[in-house]
Formats: sequence, C-alpha cells, structure tokens
Amino acid sequence: MNRFEYIRPATVADAIAALNETAARALAGGTNLVDLMKYDVAQPSRLVDINRLPLKSIEITSGGALRIGALVTNTDLAWHPDVREKWPMLSSAILAGASPQLRNAATTGGNLMQRTRCYYFYDPSTACNKRQPGSGCSAIGGVNRIHAILGASDSCIAVHPSDMCVAMAALDASVEVEGPEGKRSIPMSGFHRLPGVEPERDNTLKVGELITSITIPEPDFGPYHTYLKIRDRLSYAFALISVAAALRVKEGIIQDVRIALGGVAHKPWRDSDAERSLKGERAGTQSFAQVADCILRDAKGQGDNDFKIELARRAIVRALEQAAAGTPQDQADKSIH
Amino acid sequence: MSVGEIAHIGRSTSRVDGRLKVTGQAHYAAEYPADDLLYGYIVGSTIATGRIASMDLDAARRFPGVVEIFTHENRGKAAWLDRSWRDEVAPPGRPFRPLQSDRILFDGQPVALIVAETFEVARDAASLVRIAYDVDAHCTELEAKRAEAYVPPKKRSGIPPPPDPRGDAEQAFQDAPVKISRDYRINAEHHNPMEMFATTCVFEGDGKLTIYDKTQGSQNAQGYVTSVFGLRSKDVRLINHYVGGAFGAGLRPQHQLFLAVMASLELERSVRVSLTRAQMFHIGYRPDNYHSVSLAADRDGRLQSIMHDAVASTSHYEDYQEAVVNWSGMMYHCDNVKLTYHLAKLDTATPCDMRAPGAAIGVTALECALDELSYELGIDPLEIRRINFASKDENTNKQFTSKALLECYSEGAAAFGWEKRSPKPRAMKEGRELIGWGVSTGMWDAFLQKAQATATLKVDGTLEVATAASDIGTGTWTILTQIGAEAFGLPLQDVQARIGDSTLPMSPVEGGSWTAASNGSAVQAACDAVKHSLFKHARKMANSPLADASFEDVEVRDRRIFRKDDPARGLSVFEVMHAAELPEITEQGKVSPNLRQMLKYISYTHSAVFAEVRVDEDLGVVRVTRVVCAAAAGKILNPKTARSQILGGVVMGIGMALHEEAMTDHRLGKIMNANLGEYHVPAHADIEDIEVIFVDEKDDKVSPLGVKGLGEIGIVGTASAVANAIFHATGVRVRDFPITIDKILNSPRPS
Ligand SMILES: Cc1cc2nc3c(=O)[nH]c(=O)nc-3n(C[C@H](O)[C@H](O)[C@H](O)COP(=O)(O)OP(=O)(O)OC[C@H]3O[C@@H](n4cnc5c(N)ncnc54)[C@H](O)[C@@H]3O)c2cc1C
Ligand code: SF4
Repeated sequence: MNRFEYIRPATVADAIAALNETAARALAGGTNLVDLMKYDVAQPSRLVDINRLPLKSIEITSGGALRIGALVTNTDLAWHPDVREKWPMLSSAILAGASPQLRNAATTGGNLMQRTRCYYFYDPSTACNKRQPGSGCSAIGGVNRIHAILGASDSCIAVHPSDMCVAMAALDASVEVEGPEGKRSIPMSGFHRLPGVEPERDNTLKVGELITSITIPEPDFGPYHTYLKIRDRLSYAFALISVAAALRVKEGIIQDVRIALGGVAHKPWRDSDAERSLKGERAGTQSFAQVADCILRDAKGQGDNDFKIELARRAIVRALEQAAAGTPQDQADKSIH
Repeated sequence: MSVGEIAHIGRSTSRVDGRLKVTGQAHYAAEYPADDLLYGYIVGSTIATGRIASMDLDAARRFPGVVEIFTHENRGKAAWLDRSWRDEVAPPGRPFRPLQSDRILFDGQPVALIVAETFEVARDAASLVRIAYDVDAHCTELEAKRAEAYVPPKKRSGIPPPPDPRGDAEQAFQDAPVKISRDYRINAEHHNPMEMFATTCVFEGDGKLTIYDKTQGSQNAQGYVTSVFGLRSKDVRLINHYVGGAFGAGLRPQHQLFLAVMASLELERSVRVSLTRAQMFHIGYRPDNYHSVSLAADRDGRLQSIMHDAVASTSHYEDYQEAVVNWSGMMYHCDNVKLTYHLAKLDTATPCDMRAPGAAIGVTALECALDELSYELGIDPLEIRRINFASKDENTNKQFTSKALLECYSEGAAAFGWEKRSPKPRAMKEGRELIGWGVSTGMWDAFLQKAQATATLKVDGTLEVATAASDIGTGTWTILTQIGAEAFGLPLQDVQARIGDSTLPMSPVEGGSWTAASNGSAVQAACDAVKHSLFKHARKMANSPLADASFEDVEVRDRRIFRKDDPARGLSVFEVMHAAELPEITEQGKVSPNLRQMLKYISYTHSAVFAEVRVDEDLGVVRVTRVVCAAAAGKILNPKTARSQILGGVVMGIGMALHEEAMTDHRLGKIMNANLGEYHVPAHADIEDIEVIFVDEKDDKVSPLGVKGLGEIGIVGTASAVANAIFHATGVRVRDFPITIDKILNSPRPS
C-alpha cells in the first residue's frame, strides 16, 4: 500500500475538483478500494473521501421513480420500505450479495464502480491487461472458473461482480453523474462496458466525474419477478450465474420480459433481441428454454468455466419459472424453488 | 448445595477464558506491546522456482522510517546443520531456512524482510522492492508427478508407515463375486485459522528474549529458536497464552518466528513480524492427494479384499508423511489387505498436519468406496459397515482398549431416522430438491504423550495448576481448571490454570487430540501428589484428627482435609499449612505411555456420521441440511467444549466435501485464490442442523483419566458421509473433492 494524500471535501463541487486528476480516487465505503490498495493493485495519489457529501437520501421523484443517492448504503437501500414494496427485485439482489457487514459499509456508487474479482487482477505479480494495459491476460488458459462466457475479448475475460447492478440493469436504471463538464445521465446499459481492447476501462465514467445518484422508474410487472443467484457456497460468494427476471403475462401470453444476467460478462448482460423474441410467446418451460438458448447463442467457455453455459441456461429457465409464478426467490431461503 | 457436591468432570462448563476473549483482554501474539517495537514485513518470491538474479532495494531503503532490509545477502547468523533446524514434528529432509540463499523453492517464499518503525511504512516500502529472477521450470501439479511417486525412504517419526500386506489381496479381489475399483482425489486445503501467524520478539537486553508466538507448542518453538540461533535455553522464554486457531499449521515454527528473532538479534531491538492472509497460503497445507481403492466382497457383503494406494504431495526439501492408508487396514475386518502410500515432489512449501492429518483424506476415500460397494451388493450402507466390524486392529493384531462403534452406529442411526431411508438413489424428493442420506465411519488415534505438570496449593486453599500446554481454541484452559477443581473440591474460580509458556512443565505440542488425555492426566497426577503431601503434613500435626487415617480414608474438599467416614474429623488446609509453616505446597505430576500395555492394546476414537443433503435437480446446488455425528471418545470431561470440537470438525468436513480448494495456476505455480473471499470455507448459510452424540464408552486403559480426545474425530468421515448422501440424492458419484456444482452437472446422469 502506497502513501497518498487524503482529503474530505464538503461539497460535490469540491469533490469534483479534487477528483480531476487521473490517480485520484473517490473513497466511499472503502470495501473494495482499500482492499485493492492493500494488494498494491490500486495506487491512488489522492483519496477523496466523499462520505461527507449530501448524497445519502432515498427519494421518490414526482414521476414516481426511485432516486438513490450515491452514498446510500446497500443495507439502507435494501431495507427501505418503498424499495421493498415497489422495487423488491432490487432489494433482493442487494441482499444476495456480500455479507451484512459489507453491505452496511458498501455504498450504491461504490457498488457500481467495484472492480472485477478476477484472481489475476488482484495479484500484481501476474500479467493482467486490466491492471496493466498491454501486459497480457493470465486468465485466458489459466484459472477461470468465475470468468466470462459472453462478451469477452482476447484482451480480457473478466466479469463485473455486482448483484445490485444486475437488478438495476433489468430495471432500466440510469446513473446520474456530475463532472468538470457538468451533469449527465447514463443509461445503465451504457454505464458498464465490454472489455474490447481497453479492458482497463470498466465503464464510461470520465476522469473527474462523480456518481451522484441512480434513478429507477417504477416497474410495472407486480410480483412477477425474481433474482436468482447461483454460487459456490450458499452465502458470501460472488455469483457464478445470477439472473434478474421480470415478466408481464396476459392470459398465458408474454407481453413484456426483462432478463439480466450477472457473473457472465464484463457488464450486467441484457439481450434485447432475445427478450423481444419471447414477446407474444406462451409462458412456459419451453419458451423459457428457447430464450435461454437465444441469450447464450454466442456463449463461449474458457475451460474451467465451460459449465457456466449450461448452468446459465438452467438458471434462466428457473428464474423465468419463478417470475411467471409470481414467487420470487427469497434470499433468506437457501433452497431454490 | 455445598461446593463439595459439584462434580466438575463431565459437567458442561463454559470456557474460563471466554470472557477475556470476547472482551479483547486475551492477548494474541501480535498484540503484546513492547518499547521501541519495530515491524517486519515479508516480501515473498513471485516465482515458484529459480534464483534471485538481482535485487533493487534502493528505493525501499531510502524510504523514511525503514530501519533495515534483510535478504539472503545480509541475513543474521544461524545454525549450519539441518539437525539444528529440525523441530519436534519435522518430517525427514532439510528444513526450510528463510533467507538462506538465492534459491527459490516455492511461490511466496520469503526473499526479504523490511524492518521499519511502523507496520505501514514496512508494507509500503515492500511494494518498492524490485527483484529479478532466473526462472527454472517448476511443477505444482500432482497429476503430472503421479508417475514419479515414490515410497519415502526415511519415515517420519511418530507416523506409522503402511502395514505389511496380509493375505493375498490381489487374488482375493480376482476371486470375489462383487468388487469395485475407484479413484478419488481430494484437493489441497489450507488451514486458515482466524489469527494470522505472528511473532513479537521482545529484546530484553542481557542476551534475553521474550517471544510471543502463534504456535501450538511453546517448548517446540522455544527449542527451535535456541537451536537455530545458538542461544541458551534459560535466555529464551516463549509465550503462547492464547492461540486463535491453528488446525495443525502451528505445530511447526513458521517463517515469521525465525525472521522476527533474527531481526531482533541483529538490530538489538524488539521486532514484530505478522503474516498477511495471502502469505498464510505459502506455509504448510493439507497435501493434494489421489487414491486408488479396490474393494471386493462376498455376496453377503463380507469384505474379501481391500487395496488402497494413495499418492500425496510433498516439497522438494522434505518428505512430509501422514498415515493415510493405514485406516483401510483396521476400520473393517478383512483377511486380504494391501496398502501403499507414495509421495510426489512438487514445487511448493512442505505440507503440514491439518486436522486429522491422513485420516481426513484416507478415510474419506475408503468410506466413499465402501459406499459404492454397498450399492453393488444391494446392501444398506450402514449394514455393510456393521457386517464388517473389526473387533481388533488387524494391522497390528492388538486389542482395542475400547471401541463403542456399534453403539455409534445404532445411536446415530436412531437419532437420524436412518431406518426410514429408501435404498434407491434419487428416490426422495421435495420441491425441486433431491434428498439423499449418507453414512460414514470415522476413526482417529487416541494418543497419550509424555507430559508433566505441577500443582500448587496455596495457604488460602486455592489451587494453581501448570503445564506448558497450548489452547488453540480447544478448551485446554477450561478442562485443566476443571480437573484441578475436581481434585480439590473447589469452585472453578479458586483454580488458576497456567499454560502457554515454555518455562512451565514439559508438554508436547498441542496436536493429535492428545492434550486432554496427556496434560490432563499430568495435572491430575500433580494434584494427587499435592493431596498426598497435604495429608502427610496433616497427620504429623499434634493431636491430628487424621493421625490414625490412611490416605485412602481421607478426602480433600472445600479447603478441608477430612475423614470420608466422618467429615467432621478433619482440618482446614490453612491449619495444616500454618502448622507446617508452609506458604504453599507444590508437587509435580507426570504421565507417559504405558509401554507394556501398548504391546497388547491400541486406542482409537470412533464415530458414525450421518448426513442429509438436498440437491437442486437442475442446478446442482447442494445443501447439507442435517448431520448427526455419534462419537465414542471415552470419558467426556466437558460436554460443552467437547461438542464444540465436534461441531467445528463437522463444519470443516462439510468444507472438505463442498468448498475448500486451493486453485493453483500450474503455469505460474501460484495459488490464485489466496484470500478468504475466494478460498471458500462454509458460511453460516451452509451449515444447518448438526447433532452431536457421545456414546457411553468406559476405557480404563487409554489414559489415567479415561479420556480419548476430540479435536479431530469430528472431521473424519464427514466429507464421505456428505459425498455418499449426494450420490444417494442424485445417483451421481463425484470422486473429486470438493464437490462443486460443475462436477455434479458434468457427471453422467443415471439413466
Ligand atoms: C469479500 C467480499 C465479498 C463481496 N461479495 C459481493 C457479492 O456477492 N455481490 C456484490 O454485488 N458485491 C460483493 N462485494 C462487493 C461490494 O459490494 C463492494 O465492495 C461495494 O459495493 C463497494 O462499495 P464501497 O462503497 O465500499 O466502494 P469503495 O471501495 O469505497 O469504492 C469502490 C470504487 O468506487 C469508486 N467510487 C465510489 N463511490 C463513487 C462515486 N460516488 N462516484 C464515482 N466513483 C465512486 C471508488 O473510487 C472506487 O474506485 C463483496 C466484497 C467483498 C470484499
Ligand atoms: S481477465 Fe481481465 S482482469 Fe483478468 S487477467 Fe485477464 S485482463 Fe486481467
């Protein structure tokens, strides 16, 4: 861990000014950043502690959307009464992640910005294009049980590890940011990116930009949703595969569907073509299996993670079954129904 | 109720050190303060084999606050002969010497120690060290070395090699009507106790050191320090009052002990060195291992042939050994047995004992194979174990001092409801989950080791008992206090145990589940000696009411010594000591194994483990919903701490079955998941009901206390019970541990 300058601005403007330097980093809950510093993976010159900024509120906008301040903790968000009532899929996804202690510290902005859990990324003695551009990707041909099956590149096969973001992707959230050039709103689908030839860039946030809030419209699928997470132990492990699914069905016919996958790609994975193909179909295991095949049509394993393709297929089907039945997975219940 | 009526032995008693631990008053090795303390941070090699070509230390040296950087070029003086580096439990070979030369033997090997005024400075400076290596080819993959496996030429002391073959196992296998041959593998595991290894070496001046070390044996570690650095025994005191778990990793001195003492002697200052969690993966580990097991039976299920070959990993510099296959020759009655055990050298650190070393893996393989055979035979898996019950140890032809295994089977089965099991796999289901029930036998040594203790009765009637034992979370503080309290009829708070200090009476390392039996018996012997002495003084007193009594006639309770047949006739401890002008009475107690008896008898702890799993039919997600562990472990000193030991073992067994796995990138020779986020052990959600049953077992031979020890039996048989339950649930047999989702999904489905 290196020496760094530490500042704690009181206003968003001051924070943005302090962040306008390539090696400056915002410090929120610190649950990811501090670990990365201890591993010498992140070596910020300046830590901008944003915990004093007024970004801690959860509001319902006049249009009925949920606006979440970037510093709202994962715990506060998951247990907020409005969120539990109207955005239960979000609550469920958050509770599927990490541990209560981590969720107490982790923030909404930090969760969006958390970095991959690729083993090599965390070990500075190995080659990793994401950590050190141009050095190579050790995960290809290496230990890659938790790596991508969709959207990977020859430069990087890492996945984005968040659960919360998968639900946000399914819920068509947008990320509100503020930077030296002003404010902008980035749709969730455009926030995280695929690795391509620039795996060092996880997302489309620019230098000096700060996430201020996340906005999520009110969903219209009632109880017909679920968040299903499959992992190597029953709690406190990142997703091998996770599925956020929601449906609107009328007289057995699918009107609308959203399927977002976690643990499979460098970003929460949504496939609008596949979703569209399900509209007008009769809800049932057969159509669910078809859409799973469609989503996974270009899936590619890397060796250790080959099994994730079949596992993803089955998890998509199960999640859609749960959603169609209006019986979302309860994260406190470790048996999957 | 008077104190005299309370029996401490056999009574559920909370840990006497529990309060100190939960209030942070129990200090661990890295928590002792010292004046002008320096902090050492270890820089590890980033390659698996080769040589250090050059080191650039300039930036680190210039870093403000850095005091010294030790490498192989300036390491302080230490012993030359391998013999001097060998600790009590070292396997044959050449013990690793930190910073000895430019040779790299394994990834993460310490190559430099940065010593600085603060931990943070040392860690920061460590990131500035640049090292160039000449890299050699390495191999960390056991599979690749299986063909080169060899029988270790020199045996590790205390570890019985496989017994000679008996009968003709191959022929019997050929001839038998029902048989199976299967291969199993159990991945390497890392101990990962909560407390990281750490040493605080306090430089006292006058050539004296006080060392606070995380170790399972203060005297073993103290002996290592004096021998490696050529110090006089009386100048080095080593303390390990509290140990935050160890599971065997603390049996041998770890790198940080050498490095802290070396730096302290060189710099003539106190030095602390702690390992990071990642560095904890570069010390000993449970070896990677493969098994080939062949079993054959007649149609009634009687075993006709047992063949078990195991290959386990070791390092290039030591032949680490465990008793892996021996269990297969004594768990069951069989006339034709052939057991072989091989090692294969990998470019890793030397493995080391981990909870139930040998048995945890060997028994797992055997018990899975026996389960497979039971299905071939169409015999209930519990029944086949009963059918083949061994009434003596057929490896050595000795009698068991006790073996209440049949009671474990019946009491465990009753508690579990085994009779309701439907014999066919995939026959039980609820919702989307397939339900399976599996069983396994467990077995572990019941050792008695040489140990000594003292007991001191104070004039106020309170007692102190002392022995250099360690409490690695097992409850040693508590049971020794109980034994003292029982002997003198005192409440627990009037008894002070002293352990965890090399200056106390001789003790073996805390391992092998022998501490309760060995140190406990030594404490009891010391207490007896004190009572004798008290009686002698009491009888000598003028007009003593005990003048005509013999020792057998008296009892010591409630700070009095009195006649059993007339409790009113007696004296207070105070009166006796006062008359004898003694401030206290101290006596010694000793135990050692009864060699005569050992010619005829042998002692083991046994268990029967029953597991229920629920496996999602499509997704392969496994839940272990119930475990019943019925153990026969002689006398139970403290049912509460005893139960905790079994619970911990069962949890670790579930981890072996489903989670624990060092994921090595064999191209790099590196463990990639060297942290507790990615190296999985069971989380709370993975653990549901665990029921512990202690079956009644009287044993007057195993140890003077009748105690067998419980630290390890809980893990033995648990992984196999879970694996067998998974087969029963799914019809899928996974022979590669841990049994993760991918292996269940990839295994051929039963038709
Ligand atoms: C052992 C372990 C297990 C975990 N398991 C899971 C899991 O199962 N599922 C899951 O989803 N997550 C899991 N997590 C990850 C956890 O959710 C993240 O660490 C957490 O959400 C990060 O939030 P934070 O506030 O602590 O971020 P920090 O560590 O403070 O910051 C992370 C990054 O975000 C940046 N940042 C923070 N806030 C802002 C902002 N407002 N604008 C711009 N940049 C910002 C920081 O500069 C930094 O680069 C786990 C973490 C650990 C350590
Ligand atoms: S997958 Fe990405 S993060 Fe992992 S080693 Fe390759 S480049 Fe680095």
